[in-house]
Parts: sequence; C-alpha cells; structure tokens
Amino acid sequence: MSAVVLGLFAASVLYPLIYVLSASFSSPDAITSGQMWLWPVDVTTRAYETVFEYQTIVTGFVNSAIYTVGGTAFAVSLTLLAAYPLSRKDLPARNVIMVFFVIPMVFSGGMIPTYLVVRELGMLNTRWALIIPGVVAVWNVIITRTFFQITIPNELLDAAHMDGCSDFRFFLRIVLPLSKPIIAVNALFYGVAQWNSWFNALIYLTNDQLFPLQLVLRQILIQNTVDPSQVQAIAEGNTKEDIRDLLKYAVIVIASLPPLLAYPFVQKQFVRGVRIGSLKG
Amino acid sequence: MTSRRVLRRWQLYAMLVLPVAYLAIFNYWPMIGIQIAFRSYNPAGGMWGSPWVGVANFETFMNSYLFWPVIKNTLVLHFYALVATFPLPIILALALNYVKRRWFSRVVQMITYAPHFIPTVVVVGILFAILDPNSGIYVLALEKLGVPVPDFLSDPLWFRHVYVWSGAWQTMGFSAIVYLAALAGIDPELHEAATVDGASRIRRVWHIDLPGIAPVAIILLILSMGSTLSTGFEKVLLMQNALNLDSSQVIDTYVYQVGLGSQVPQFSYGAAIGVFQSVVGLVLIVAANRIARWMTDSSLW
Repeated sequence: MSAVVLGLFAASVLYPLIYVLSASFSSPDAITSGQMWLWPVDVTTRAYETVFEYQTIVTGFVNSAIYTVGGTAFAVSLTLLAAYPLSRKDLPARNVIMVFFVIPMVFSGGMIPTYLVVRELGMLNTRWALIIPGVVAVWNVIITRTFFQITIPNELLDAAHMDGCSDFRFFLRIVLPLSKPIIAVNALFYGVAQWNSWFNALIYLTNDQLFPLQLVLRQILIQNTVDPSQVQAIAEGNTKEDIRDLLKYAVIVIASLPPLLAYPFVQKQFVRGVRIGSLKG
Repeated sequence: MTSRRVLRRWQLYAMLVLPVAYLAIFNYWPMIGIQIAFRSYNPAGGMWGSPWVGVANFETFMNSYLFWPVIKNTLVLHFYALVATFPLPIILALALNYVKRRWFSRVVQMITYAPHFIPTVVVVGILFAILDPNSGIYVLALEKLGVPVPDFLSDPLWFRHVYVWSGAWQTMGFSAIVYLAALAGIDPELHEAATVDGASRIRRVWHIDLPGIAPVAIILLILSMGSTLSTGFEKVLLMQNALNLDSSQVIDTYVYQVGLGSQVPQFSYGAAIGVFQSVVGLVLIVAANRIARWMTDSSLW
C-alpha cells in the first residue's frame, strides 16, 4: 500500500524532470510533434552547443556565480557572527537583542520602502545590490544559534575562560572548527537562494551586462525573447521561435544543475538543519 | 555591576555589531520608510521630505475598482493553495514511515525533495514548455485522448489550478521532512501495544500517528496563514500575462505594477497598498491562532 503511494508520488515528481532532460537532447521537431515523450528522439547536442554560443547566457552564468559566491560568503559570515553571541547565556541583555532579531521575521518594510532604501544607498545598478540587501535570513541565525547551544559544551567555555582565552579566540579556534555541519547547511541554504533569485535583479538592475542567469532565462523562457544575432550560424534560415525551441530545454537543465548537484552532498546535514529549526525554533 | 559584566563580554558585542547594523539598515530602515505611504512622493522631496497627505493613498486604493478583485484574488489563490497542498506532505510522510524497504524510502525522498531546489524561473519555464498550446506534451497527450484542452496558461480559471498544483509539486517533498521528524518522535511502544491488541495499520495511523503529528501540523498551518499572502508572489508574477490578469492580479503583483513596474512609478501609492497587505496578513494569523486554540490545545502563543 505505502509502496504504491510512494511510487505515485515519485513518478509524478520525476516525469516532468525526465521529460525536460530528454527534450534537451532531442531535435526540436521531435518535441513539437509529440514523438518525444520519455526518452530522447533524434539524439543531438546541438541545443547545448547553441547555449554556449549565446553570449547573454554565458555572461548570465558568470554573473550568477559571482553573486552566489559573494552573497553566500557575506550571509554566512554575518549569520555566524550573530548566532554565536546569541547562543551565550552570559551575554548581557540577550533577550533584548533577541527581540531585535526576531521582529524582522514578523514585520517588514515591504517592497517599495526596501527599494527606496537600496536606491538611497546608491546601490542601484551595481553588483552590490545583489550581494548585500536581503540576503541574511533571521531564520538561519536562529537555527545556527540552536546548533551552538546544543553542540558547544559549557564546560569547554568555562575551561577556556579559566585559561584566559578571549571570546574571539574561543569562537575562531574552538567554535568554528566544531561547526562545519551548520556552516555547510547555511552555505547551501544561502547559496541555493542566491542562485535561484531573480526578483531583486529585476528591480535593482537595468544594465543587462550585470544580469544574473535567472533574469536571462526569464527573457528566453517566459517572455519569449531571443536575440538571433548572438547565434549567427544557427540563425540562418531559422525563425526566432525555432531558436527558442532549440534553446529552451538546454537552458532549463543548465540553470537547475548547480543547486541540484550541490544538494546530494549535503542532503543529510541539510535535512538535519531543517529539523533543528523546526523542532527547536 | 551590570556595566562590568558588559565590559567583560565586550567581544561578544563586537561580533554583533555587523549583523545588528545590517538589520538596522536593510530591515528596520525600510520599516521606518513605510511612512512614505502617508506622503505624496516626489523626486525633489524624496523618501523623507515629500509632503504629508495623511491616509489619502489608502482611500484611493479602497475606492479603486480594483480593490475588491485584487483582495479576492489574493485570498482565493492562497486559501486554495493552503487547503489543496496541506494534506499531501502528511500522506507522503506517513507512506515513507511505513514502507519496509529503506532504500526505496531513501530514493523517494531524494526524488521528492529535488523540486525544492529548482529555481522558480525554471519551474515556470517548465510549465510554459509542457503546457504550451501547440507543442506542450501534456496538451498533446490530452488531445490524443480526445479531451477538450483548455488554454492552461491564459485562461484565468486555469491559472489558479496550474499555480496551486505546480506548487504542490514543488513543495510536498520538502514539507514532509518536518512531519517525518514528528513521526520519528512518537513512542514506538504505542505502536507495539496497539499491534498486540490487534489494531490494523489504518487504525494505528488514525489513532496514534495523526494525533502525534497534529501539534506540528497546526503550528505549520498557523505560520503559513501569516506568510501565505507574501509567499509565491514571484511565481505569480512570472505566470502572469495580460489574458489571465482577472485571476492573477494579487496584492503583491499590484504593488509591483504601480510602484516599480510602470513607467511612472507611484511609490507612495504602492507602499500604501503594501501596508494593506501586512494588515490583512496580521489579521489572518491572529484569527488562525484563535481558531486553533479554540478547536485544539495547540497554538503559536
């Protein structure tokens, strides 16, 4: 009984993914005519070759990599710096500071005031607009704080204090090396969110040289705009629709690969992180 | 005394300086910036110096012919999503919990978590590809079966179904994690005792598992009530087009449209509509909490 239910769940989730993957290796004709429905038909890698010629996609990929690495490093650092002091029972006025951190989980300024603040800071149309605003999540601070409370024994801290070890040193030498799992969880949380985000780019950027991959994808997949001049060899004798049909499945695969590849490696820790957050949050 | 304690722990405060400054700039400053909703924004005055107009922006929205349609779309879309997708992760978690072969359970978890990691733009891109009226595989399959095929992507009615069920596809695996954790916390002796007494599997699910995960389920339901208005906005915006606007224009997309998406951005008006959304969200979460406390013993506060 349960096996049948699980089979149904798995199949319904998996089918569209297999279809897209197969389509990216099939000829556009086989797809539009409906011949291709599970495994690739007329196997070809032309779609992928075209994607790598398409300069806007390549630029977008590089930009996304910059934003993901930069934004993740920034967000993880700030999260650790906030979570450790908050995990310490001997932090004076801890509850007041905690309230300061929790309020933004409930209330926010909303889209327009946030946009205006980023504009006031002069970040519009710069890479900073995608690396700094809106990347740190209080939820992660709380999960990380809980992790510290569970895993760093008080005796260790007492002993370190006795030996005259400062809080900075204790954090750098003892706490961080013991916290690799939670650092990995944070990096994955933030990294996936950064790679997948597009809305901030839509409102903060107008210079298309700075566009992340997701915004380029939106143009191709959703707004149906392609620029045939970028793929001269293929553009000959083909309409814009032909080029888009050729490109679309391959870009879907390429854009989903980084987060999907990252996740099996950290899956166990990721799931553990979600559980810590849900049970002790 | 206190000041000496603070002094001794100054390094902890030093660590907090950056995060606190970050929240102050990017979370608290915009919160104060909400005052723009009570002004009439002009470029010369900017965010802090434009003339005050009181609640005029709110009145404009409440008197607008779009007021009720937008509120209705927001509530219908999100309640539909809430009700339709709520049971799926619970069913999935129960099935995962009872399956005998561990490898099979692990494979299914692997597969059902995957969509959580796929970018929203890509999810909508996949929807547009498989539901394309001319070449989408789902459309072609239905045509082959001789079923009249609606225009999934531009019919206002179908917009809701496509949005909600693709959302279920994206989230059910990942949402099941929390329920799996709750199921793992149930005392195995309860199950042993019930089995000895001859209880069937269905009866054990009903009398042991479901009551066991109910507190978690209720808290998640309340939490999602509060966030329900703001989640999914990006996907709605991506799926929106001129033809399905009748059901796809929700508060958030309307804020975007008047405030940032148009040639003549109306910052003050947009911000006022945004405030409206927060108020509705707050009312929903308080109401949900009341109902939960009234019907059961679990509540958020």
